[in-house]
Amino acid sequence: MNSATANDVWVVVEQHDGVAAEVSLELLGRARELADQLHVQVGAVLVGAGDALKDAATALVGRGADTVFFVAHGDLEHYLAQPYAEVVTSLVREHEPQIVLYGATTTGRDLAPRVASALRTGLTADCTDLRIGDHSLKGEDYKDLLYQIRPAFGGNIIATIISPLHRPQMATVREGVMVMPEEDPRRDGRILVVPVTRAHERIAVRDGVVLSDSDFMVKLIKRVQEEKRVDLKGARIVVSGGVGVGSREGFALVEELARTVGGVVGASRAAVDAGWIAHDHQVGQTGTTVRPKLYIACGISGSVQHRAGMDQSARILAINDDPLAPIFSVAHYGVVGDLHKVIPLLIQAYKTKGAGGEAAPATVPAAPAQSAVADGGAS
Amino acid sequence: MPQLRIVVLVKQVPDTANVTGEAMKEDGTVNRAALPAVFNPEDLNALEEALKLRDRHGARVTVVTMGPPAAVQVLRESLYRGADEVILLTDKAFAGADTLATSYALSLAVQKLGGADLVLCGRQAIDGDTAQVGPQTAEKLGYPQITCVSRIDELVAPAAGGEAGSGAHASAGSVTATRSIEGGFETLASPLPCLLTVTGEANDPRPASVKLVMTYKGIAAEAMPEYDDSYLNPESDDAQVCMFSRDGKPVCRAKVVQWDQEALSADHEALGLRGSPTRVKEIESVVLAQSEARMVAPDEAGITELVHELIEEHILG
Repeated sequence: MNSATANDVWVVVEQHDGVAAEVSLELLGRARELADQLHVQVGAVLVGAGDALKDAATALVGRGADTVFFVAHGDLEHYLAQPYAEVVTSLVREHEPQIVLYGATTTGRDLAPRVASALRTGLTADCTDLRIGDHSLKGEDYKDLLYQIRPAFGGNIIATIISPLHRPQMATVREGVMVMPEEDPRRDGRILVVPVTRAHERIAVRDGVVLSDSDFMVKLIKRVQEEKRVDLKGARIVVSGGVGVGSREGFALVEELARTVGGVVGASRAAVDAGWIAHDHQVGQTGTTVRPKLYIACGISGSVQHRAGMDQSARILAINDDPLAPIFSVAHYGVVGDLHKVIPLLIQAYKTKGAGGEAAPATVPAAPAQSAVADGGAS
Repeated sequence: MPQLRIVVLVKQVPDTANVTGEAMKEDGTVNRAALPAVFNPEDLNALEEALKLRDRHGARVTVVTMGPPAAVQVLRESLYRGADEVILLTDKAFAGADTLATSYALSLAVQKLGGADLVLCGRQAIDGDTAQVGPQTAEKLGYPQITCVSRIDELVAPAAGGEAGSGAHASAGSVTATRSIEGGFETLASPLPCLLTVTGEANDPRPASVKLVMTYKGIAAEAMPEYDDSYLNPESDDAQVCMFSRDGKPVCRAKVVQWDQEALSADHEALGLRGSPTRVKEIESVVLAQSEARMVAPDEAGITELVHELIEEHILG
């Protein structure tokens, strides 16, 4: 055990091509707060290869890490469960942090359980909040435990999980729920280069980590990253469609509204499961968590799982023909009506905003006339 | 050629779409009795992958579940779909297990079966959504893992060594699978044995076979502390041939084999609530807040006014 770094709060950083994932930076922010409260330091574990990795390490210090455990080796260029788990497991055994956090991405959810099993310690998946608190169990008082807060049971409950007797306390944390800290280039921290010994068999070394052939049984054949990634997280406006949209064709209307107002298209899980739109667009507990300036929910009833992914939006406009839809409980503006009629009205109102310029009056004079024509046509 | 062994780990879960406050016990654990129980959806996808591999390569498909005695129902449903062998792990000592203690018991069961070439399970269960039991079981077995598999691209079955001098070598076999990652996918290859967790994208599970439902409806679990699978061998005296497969081979009637803590030679301290590092401290039901939404008329005047207000506040535009 290395007493200088014992009891610290760690973040296992996810990186792609030497760039740290946003969720890892978000976690550093919360790790900093937890560590300050516990009067300990923040460690960041960075595993990978390549020249860019050094820059990533420096950036981690700027985001709040006191020590970056820098583990670089050509065989670690791409994430693979076994060698990465071996690296994290041996670092934890050596340095004994009290808390280890991972992003709840496909990578984090692949890696963390393997590490937890090897260390025989607790792990809580998909946390949406982390706090420090106490607990009494069978007359024993436990101070300064990590409260791992997560939705469970399909989002019907929020559970606080603790791991009173085991260390480290580990959790994966959802992307987008923690606020990303600003980078401070003047922050002090150290980059600790961890030697990597690559051997055929598992051997003992005095310093660093050992990776053997048995850690590399799985080979990466190919990785395909689709060029056009949907940037829901960074969107200022999200226009989402749900079951009420009715069909794949109906989604064209949602897309048109998004295009008109300069937003990104989102969707509920039901719309994704129905095959109307790709999973990348999914907002909610099993999709992306968003907090845009404006969230427009079209034909989304608002399950707990969906609301968990969007209820932090600055403004929420809900359109639904069911006045009792739960989405209205988190909305700032509600329109009870048929979205196939309401969305065209929104598009039209937005497009005509330019007619009167900045000083457009509350009602656009041209609008009633157009409406009269439309009504006349329909009757 | 040795027969391919596939073990599928499944879970009976409460149908989380219909949860009420009464479904929680005071200690914060789930009162399963108060909810309708279903076959965890992605575990059905895992079973389907196993059955597809058996159709192609020939294999013995063994389904294992841990749960209360009533969990026998998911094993029956596995038999209805064509599983060859089913194992129920049930014991009061298993109760209250978190993912670590669960994976410990499951890994012991796989070992008692003599190991497997391939272990399959659903990516995650709809009650906890943790996706942890698969990787943890892989770690305990010392198997590599490929999680979130949306497609099994190729399976090379293990082969025995050829006759001396033939030049053929024994091979462990291998599996190639594609997994979904954020914004893309990756394809990985692993030697066998390997553990895969399967997502709902992988397939549409086959329905139950009417013939198999008639055969196994109401089948009860029977304790078999010493694992003896001779009843599955049509040549053995214990065999009960119940039907013939498509290619005319006799198929034996399966049993629901039940194992407890003792049968698994499990360390009591590593099981159930005792063996679980995590504790539920608190449970809070999600309650809908009273609606404070400003209602806007679904007509032109209402929508136009709303859009203008949003533009003026620089929310839109």
